[in-house]
Amino acid sequence: MTGEAPTPDPSPETAARIPGRWHGWADALIRSVGPIVLALVTGGVLLAMIGRDPIAFYDDVLKAGLFRASGLQDTITRTAPVMLVGAGLIVAFRAGLWNLGSDGQYLLAAAFVAGIGPWLLTAVPVALGWILLALLGMAVGAAWTLVPAWLRARYGVNEIVTTLMMSFIGIGLAALLVKGPFDGPSTVPQTNVIDPAGMLMNLPDVRIHIGVVLALLVSGAVYGLFARTALGTRMDVLGANPRAAVHVGIDAPRLILVTFLLSGALIGLAAAVDIVGVYSYMRADWNPAYGLKVVPLVFLARLNALAMIPFAMFFGVMSIGGAYATRRADLPGDFLLVLIGLVLLFMVVTQYLGDKRGRGERLLPRRSRMASAHA
Amino acid sequence: MPDLLTPAFLTALIAGGLLAAVPLIFASLGEIIAEQAGVLNVGLEGMMLSGAFAGFLATQATGDLWAGAAAGALVGMLVSLVMVLFCVRLGMDQIIVGIAIVLTAEGVTSVLHTVMYGQSFPRLDKIAVFEIPLLRDIPVLGGSVFSQPLAVYLGLVVVGVVGWMIRYTSWGLHIRAAGERPASLDAAGVSVVRVRSVAEIGCGALAGIGGAYMSIVSSGTFVPFVTQGAGFIAIVIAMLARGRSWWSVLGALLFGMSLSLTTALQLVGVDIPVDVVTMLPFISVMLVLILFARDARLPTALGTAYQRGSR
Amino acid sequence: MTAHRDTTDGVTPTVELIEISKAFPGVIANDRISLAAMPGEVLCLLGENGAGKSTLMSIISGLYQPDSGSIRVAGREVRIESPRHGRELGVGMVYQHLSLIPTLTVLENLMMGANPGWVLDRDAARTRLAELSSGLGVRVDPDVRAGSLALGQQQHIEIIKALWSGTRVLILDEPTSMLTPQGAAELQGVLRGLKATGLSIIFITHKLHEALAIGDRVAVLKLGRVVGRLGPEDLTASSPQELQDRIITMMFGEAHTPDADIAELREPVTAEHARTSVSAEPMLELVDVAADGTHGQHGITEVSLTVHAGEVVGVAGIDGNGQRAFAEVIAGQRRPIAGDIRLGGRSITRTTVSARQRMGLRYVTDDRLGEGVVASWPLSINLVLKRIGQEPYWVRGTIDRGAIDLTARELIEEFDIRTPSPMTRIGKLSGGNIQKAIIAREVAFDPRVVVFNKPTHGLDVRTTVAVRERIRAMTGRGVAVVVISSDLDELIDVCDRVAVLDAGRIVGIVDNAPGAEARIGELIVGAPGPVALPA
Repeated sequence: MTGEAPTPDPSPETAARIPGRWHGWADALIRSVGPIVLALVTGGVLLAMIGRDPIAFYDDVLKAGLFRASGLQDTITRTAPVMLVGAGLIVAFRAGLWNLGSDGQYLLAAAFVAGIGPWLLTAVPVALGWILLALLGMAVGAAWTLVPAWLRARYGVNEIVTTLMMSFIGIGLAALLVKGPFDGPSTVPQTNVIDPAGMLMNLPDVRIHIGVVLALLVSGAVYGLFARTALGTRMDVLGANPRAAVHVGIDAPRLILVTFLLSGALIGLAAAVDIVGVYSYMRADWNPAYGLKVVPLVFLARLNALAMIPFAMFFGVMSIGGAYATRRADLPGDFLLVLIGLVLLFMVVTQYLGDKRGRGERLLPRRSRMASAHA
Repeated sequence: MPDLLTPAFLTALIAGGLLAAVPLIFASLGEIIAEQAGVLNVGLEGMMLSGAFAGFLATQATGDLWAGAAAGALVGMLVSLVMVLFCVRLGMDQIIVGIAIVLTAEGVTSVLHTVMYGQSFPRLDKIAVFEIPLLRDIPVLGGSVFSQPLAVYLGLVVVGVVGWMIRYTSWGLHIRAAGERPASLDAAGVSVVRVRSVAEIGCGALAGIGGAYMSIVSSGTFVPFVTQGAGFIAIVIAMLARGRSWWSVLGALLFGMSLSLTTALQLVGVDIPVDVVTMLPFISVMLVLILFARDARLPTALGTAYQRGSR
Repeated sequence: MTAHRDTTDGVTPTVELIEISKAFPGVIANDRISLAAMPGEVLCLLGENGAGKSTLMSIISGLYQPDSGSIRVAGREVRIESPRHGRELGVGMVYQHLSLIPTLTVLENLMMGANPGWVLDRDAARTRLAELSSGLGVRVDPDVRAGSLALGQQQHIEIIKALWSGTRVLILDEPTSMLTPQGAAELQGVLRGLKATGLSIIFITHKLHEALAIGDRVAVLKLGRVVGRLGPEDLTASSPQELQDRIITMMFGEAHTPDADIAELREPVTAEHARTSVSAEPMLELVDVAADGTHGQHGITEVSLTVHAGEVVGVAGIDGNGQRAFAEVIAGQRRPIAGDIRLGGRSITRTTVSARQRMGLRYVTDDRLGEGVVASWPLSINLVLKRIGQEPYWVRGTIDRGAIDLTARELIEEFDIRTPSPMTRIGKLSGGNIQKAIIAREVAFDPRVVVFNKPTHGLDVRTTVAVRERIRAMTGRGVAVVVISSDLDELIDVCDRVAVLDAGRIVGIVDNAPGAEARIGELIVGAPGPVALPA
């Protein structure tokens, strides 16, 4: 059948059905918010099934996460790491690379920052210490992507598996570091505590540290990376059509490496901001495990770092308010995982139905392959 | 440095390794079947976890180990139906749906456990060890390989059976064809969707049994997240096994032994931190991946939905 | 020509096609085709790429349904629902691109979908295989992996697979396109043996000498129609040379192209083409270049070719004979395993794709949607896709959308790209407009060497004319041009010289002078004759 495959030639009618600006917005809104609404409704049904009052539950979530001043401040503070992890994932996913190892990258960076930070912030001027710790977190996060990046770039080894494996190793290593070289004087295994004077300053009149501002700036920068720069465009080509990337002369192996390093660095930065902004120390068994939970939101934000901001807010409300609501409902905080998983499922369904109707483009990263041909 | 090669050490290492390897054997066998058919089942961890919880519930209710295994298999199959519907039938993204399965299973089992047991973790009766007469008297191997719960032997039998089915039945032949070149299978008049669906459901059943084993035999109780990434390791084992079922035993044993190393070392007076132990299997996987990066060849059509006419 | 010209009175054809038509959007692949396959005979379908042969065979095998017309099997009208149904009716198909699964053994490939029970019955399969292979006169090891066999042997397996369960008519689609001459000769022997058993064989080919050597009847297809038929009486009555001339005229000649579009297309050929600008300066040189093939396509071996500034050199040949490897090795997308490539006298063998682009090398790929464009992106960005990071479109690494938009508008105007706006997703445009955009991208930025791979494949007549004019216009600016095409008319239209690629080797280089058409045609169809020396 070669040589005779007909090229589909869109008729004028098809062209006329291309959604206009307004339709595009409505479409994007439905695709982004629809899955969340469906997941919340389904979650409500599940709550009712296990004998909890869904209305009261969601009421608690909103009260504790949004409507109480202290809750709102916590929520906004929580958006900082989520935006940064999200930015890191966006960088990788847009280049078609599945970095699913953000937990390891985050935790290892956190261990280094919490281990060295208490000492560093007394040894050098605080502002310089912040910068150095941010760079340290970024370096550690980036370094932890090196092996998967190299295996992928050189041998085409599936990065899903390698990043996940490295993530588990990173989590274990972080715990070892906190119990070993970074162990503080406390009886439980945990690092030294950063002096309150060394913590990130709060914004005027609120209990929200300036790391949130940094995260907003980084989100803007990542948005700009893809909207404006040659590097971002190259990453996008690699993600959208890897064969075209080779054809137009992009050095794919090198770009894979750069992308992974940047992705890991942003995730490491999230850890630094969390430690120096909120926690001030790290316990050996601590793991916020943002990784897989942030993945669905990144897709809902259509891999757009600015669109990620409201979803980070959503995540903040759900985790701050959800912690309160699950406690009151006598449930584990893991209920949030159910909601996130459902969001993801409903997202593919929405995407499927949308594609069925012939609109929109595919925004999920290209499926990558273990035995992919070498560029 | 204490002498490591004492019989006690080796017995503990092999016995513990085998015990820890069984769930990985079952799960990676399932993943092998799915991957051979062209389905990358990232949700394996979620299927194992669901199977672990269901198996625990059933065994606790009936006191019967086999009821637990059956429940695990059944729930694993139910979870795999999500993959079948969304990915095999409708052609949605296998990775995304896989992640969704993992997250949802983690959340649901944890929530249900809390709802049913609160903060208590009831223990099941210890599973009887089945000592094979005569063979149990062999030094080292007798106390390790030939003195195990029946389920361990069963696992090895299943490996053989699955390996045989992949090689010697038309079902297995069609599975291999579906993963390698589905269009050829279609041209030969066999439904690719059907072959893949059966493979995926089989994978769910095996993963569920593997999970059930973890809660019923290995730990004797269910705690949330009990699988601890075993599902992901099983995926790697399956990738490296490349369809050869006995390799899943080899791989699983390697990782099982890296877990049992701690207990064995403690016996000879060496104490290594628990974090090192949990990391060891993953480190082994990475080392194997780095060493055999070029060999990790996967079925050509892995992860791609099949649609007739679109190549 | 009646529908039944190719039947023998009193004998029921095994398969008969009556007035079959099939259209795809923008293409009429089959236009009221009638054919009949007789028991114990070989019917050859002869035609160029795009003549509609493969579509026709997909209809017989049940993969496609015809838009109109009917099919009779053993005299009974049937509707062939699926390939499986086709097989049940006794239609056995051997595809051009072999469908064996390389990782499975020969026996496993044969048992796929054909094993009666749940447990594979290898013994029964072995017996059947021995039976069929001895009938075919070939030796087959049932336990080796199919992928390890030579292509000719794989084809024997395909034929055995097609004959596995009671086949009445065997269809072979371009069976020799991937074979060595020895393999092809062997295949002819096999088919003669099969014919003797009373089987009907439909043999699809573009090689004239094969059709004459093996066919009991020959039907010539062109642009979806049967343009000529030769029955057994014709084939025996005329000398091989007369037959060859007759068929070449049918396939390529003026007399048999009554279609108005084609007349229009051929009009400017001799009128406008002036070859005055060729200089003596070699611009692109390939010296004994070899490269591996991929996906079952030929690589290239010992390819040497020189293209001068201002010259258009064509590369003719049937698809899959190394064209892709040839183009990619020049573009830098594929590493050569031997030989040297030079651009303007400097070796570029070890340089990257982007370095070659900076030196003025351009490659118009034939895989337009697969690698040529990012389909979901706007036309404008696709027009500068090979200039990411370069001024004036990116200034200090930052995009200048205004500059891109301006250039896009200029190129849209200059190259007559029909689009609602520069921001339209390129995947939404028609194939012709996508190709115009790709050509604009490669031609616009001061090229020194441009390689066109199937530049007008699948395009409508008007776009085809425009593209060819564009190619001719390049030479006036001293650009060296390579045009790879399986369309002989096209090469005659635009080229100064034409090299013929066969099984990865250049088998001849012909100056485009009167009579060249016939000579190139002969080289393509593998007719014997003195090989023209490079000019």
